[in-house]
Amino acid sequence: MKRRGTPAIPADRMMPAEKRLIPPAWPGGRTAPPNREFRVIGKRNRKVEGLAKVTGRAIYADDIALPRMLHGKLLRSPHAHARIRSIDVSAARALPGVHAILTGRDLPEYFGIIPWTEDEQALCEEKARYVGDAVAAVAAESELIAEEALKRIRVEYETVPAITSIDEALEHPEIKVNEKAKEGNISKHVHLEFGDVEAELEKSDATIEAEYWYEGSTHAPIEPHCAIGDFDATGFLTLYSSTQVAHYLHRDLAKVLGLPTQRIRVIQPVVGGAFGGKSEPFSLEFCAAKLSMLTGRPVKILYTREEVFYAHRGRHPMRLRYRTGIKRDGTLTGVDAKIHIDGGAYSSFGLVTTYYSGQLLTAPYQMKAYRFDSTRVFTNKPCCGPKRGHGSVQPRFAFECQIDKLADAIGMDPIEVRRRNFLGEHTRTVNELRVTSNGFPQCLEAVERASDWKRKFRRMPYGHGVGVAGSMYISGTNYCIYPNEMPQSGVQLKLDRSGRATVFCGASDIGQGSDSVLAYIVAEELGLDIGDIRVVAADTDLTPVDLGSYSSRETFMVGNACLDAARKLRLMVAESLAERWGCRAEDVTLAGGVACSTRAPEKECMSVQSAFQLAEARHGTLGSVGWYQSPKLGGDYRGGTIGASPAYSFTAHVAEVECDPETGRVSVRKIWVAHDCGRALNPVAVEGQMEGSAYMGFAEAIFEEQLFKPEAPGHGAGLHHGPSLLDYRIPTSLDTPELESIIIESVDPEGPYGAKEAGEGPLHPSIPAIANAIYDALGVRCDRLPFDPPRVFRLLRSCDARAQWERARAHVHEAATGAQATAERSPSGTRAR
Amino acid sequence: MESTTTAVCRLRVNGDLRECAIAPNSTLLEALRYGLGLTGSKQGCDKGDCGACTVVVDGEPVLSCISLALAFEGREITTIEGVSEGGKPHPLQDAFDLTGAAQCGFCTPGILMSAWALLRKNPSPSRDEIAQALSGNLCRCTGYTKIFEAVERAAESLGGAR
Repeated sequence: MKRRGTPAIPADRMMPAEKRLIPPAWPGGRTAPPNREFRVIGKRNRKVEGLAKVTGRAIYADDIALPRMLHGKLLRSPHAHARIRSIDVSAARALPGVHAILTGRDLPEYFGIIPWTEDEQALCEEKARYVGDAVAAVAAESELIAEEALKRIRVEYETVPAITSIDEALEHPEIKVNEKAKEGNISKHVHLEFGDVEAELEKSDATIEAEYWYEGSTHAPIEPHCAIGDFDATGFLTLYSSTQVAHYLHRDLAKVLGLPTQRIRVIQPVVGGAFGGKSEPFSLEFCAAKLSMLTGRPVKILYTREEVFYAHRGRHPMRLRYRTGIKRDGTLTGVDAKIHIDGGAYSSFGLVTTYYSGQLLTAPYQMKAYRFDSTRVFTNKPCCGPKRGHGSVQPRFAFECQIDKLADAIGMDPIEVRRRNFLGEHTRTVNELRVTSNGFPQCLEAVERASDWKRKFRRMPYGHGVGVAGSMYISGTNYCIYPNEMPQSGVQLKLDRSGRATVFCGASDIGQGSDSVLAYIVAEELGLDIGDIRVVAADTDLTPVDLGSYSSRETFMVGNACLDAARKLRLMVAESLAERWGCRAEDVTLAGGVACSTRAPEKECMSVQSAFQLAEARHGTLGSVGWYQSPKLGGDYRGGTIGASPAYSFTAHVAEVECDPETGRVSVRKIWVAHDCGRALNPVAVEGQMEGSAYMGFAEAIFEEQLFKPEAPGHGAGLHHGPSLLDYRIPTSLDTPELESIIIESVDPEGPYGAKEAGEGPLHPSIPAIANAIYDALGVRCDRLPFDPPRVFRLLRSCDARAQWERARAHVHEAATGAQATAERSPSGTRAR
Repeated sequence: MESTTTAVCRLRVNGDLRECAIAPNSTLLEALRYGLGLTGSKQGCDKGDCGACTVVVDGEPVLSCISLALAFEGREITTIEGVSEGGKPHPLQDAFDLTGAAQCGFCTPGILMSAWALLRKNPSPSRDEIAQALSGNLCRCTGYTKIFEAVERAAESLGGAR
């Protein structure tokens, strides 16, 4: 194992593995229904907060108005890279209606989501590092007064040359974007090798080497970030924020504000979309809190849409070079990747991004040997971070295009190549990730059939094409961001004689339905109607810790914690009934509002409410706690736990495109999405995640790019191309292709009822499936995103596309007869249920 | 700079005549949200790009974030709060909930208002007509599929099935 450039993790911050909690095993495991059959799970249920949302009653952060509330605004740097010589706030302070002003000196403490790379300040103290970096904050009676005050703040800047690309960052280590970087502008470097890549590549019958460019993109949730700080006379801070990580925000607030965590309460109201864009603390949260501390009044800060583009933390631009080999029989040999990542000005989750760019490529295909070398650099642009499919969407795009090219090179159907290299289930990847359930072959089969692939691939007229791609993704990360021995997710459950249950959990519902998952599980276990359950979530005063909504962890980890709590309570109720009826607790069913014994259900039965009363009389006040901690996982090498997850989801897409060879315009007609989510706890919600993911992938493939302008008269380099929802084009209802979801249920032994993630995995294959479909349609390879008319047009002009197209068709048709015979013999992998 | 003068704005909203004191340059969205407490209409961009602020004025969808409140006196304004009937969700709202057309829900009030205006004019719209009518409303969660299904289902339950 080679490794370099990775600073050692201090021993005291490592988790002692032997102390790791082991979740309780339930009789019959986690996958079975509590009674004979599922009553709630797997049904097309409504979401618990659905009606509040459709009637306009759901309360989002900006819908909250507190008495005497002030409004805050942030002053942002007009320069991409500039030292702050001085800030004069006197004229702003003198403005009537202005109550407080902050500059970097008021909040000097560094923070950052990853404890080893804390390199951000709430307001820049010495230097601004991108156009839009926050330098001062104002609290005033109204937003308009606050805006006027910002105009009166005098900042004296001394500009420094701006680094705006990966190459500039590498070529000019002397111009340091981020002083916390140990070496030049390197944010993180990871080099890992598994097996002998060169020896494996030697065995190839065909090798493809190509460079890919993945343009950056942003989350663009429709709700802009909003936070309200409310510091009271007892020295207690309440912060409402549109966050998806209330717990991490809680910790960083304490650090930056110098308050003890037990004097801070973070409340997450209903969040209007996040997609990873609200998964770390932002300037507005610290500033709203601090301004409230200074004024003794609540302070709200609502980002403008323009500021949301500066807050960013979106998809990293990546330059990826792959060398991949294949044997004539379709077996992949070695994979060699060199990746450069444009991180923007700060670290964010960058340490993880750099690992993920390599670590998450090793399934669903078997690799004999794999090497990746990833370097993340700092540049003077808004900081990149985790956008849906964090770190692995870009390499997945490149790699799935590589597979398509290799299939083309040996004249084999690309679905067949993918099938032949299937990793299998209950196995390990080349980089030692443990893979449990794996329904990838079923996903491939499903999209192949639904899209009528065999009749379309290499058989449609010029301009029409289909493409395929696959992927895998994590169901939660194996470790908390800060190492500790405590559970990753906790649930408390309250039940009483009213027949109503309340579930308390730190989980963060950002629209994906984690609150509903909690309610479904409690309803299933206790025999309640979903409407009889209240979910109290993401309020650090009321709810036990859950780490938040990132890395697709909520259904799996929160679900397991909730299952644990609900089963404990169910047992208390069942025991009380067993005692009454003289039967065994396992012979008691709680379903559909009725408790009965399986022995004599007509005679031995009562309402679940009566059963709860019986239990309350027997046990005293009813309540339970549940928690989840993943088992110790990951490879025995530095970074070996990054990418390790208790379960992986798998996806396959087929995209069909119609392209105009004259203009280069690509219309995606339809995407078939098959996703292995373990057991679908609610198929409606799972389909929603699949469709939303495929849409977002399509958007990145065809529309979106987060671009910055070069230096020009009137502005320096690094100005955002167009920080608005008009200039940054996200697809409308007219642009989005038809999306068809096919759920594949592999039922994972460790998931709650067998469930795995569905929120991020199904994004990945959209982009390469579209790229591969464009090749099928036009004979050109789109290796650079997005596939917009100018790019595709240039590709069409740069080669004899038509001849290439004809060659590809002839090749696969010739090989088709020969390949048929070998296909019969190929292993199609273990079948999931 | 904030205007020191305040205007009384009289708006007919959801069938009621309501009054609020606002700065004369307030948008209709600001008057509704901050003047009248009708926070169902959302601000996503404040420049007419996203459609989350859509309300219906005299039967037509209007972007309230780029409309001056005072210009809407005497007009018939309907917001998401006025779509429910007697505390019961409108069939369109019910269909959105049932089909999972609202994920984060932030664009939902705007989309519902555009769809509501569409169904009043065209009780049995085709999918293309639905897509056209909703093209001014950005949704970032759903990929629109479930939204189309919801509008179709609502059209059906309202008796306008094709």
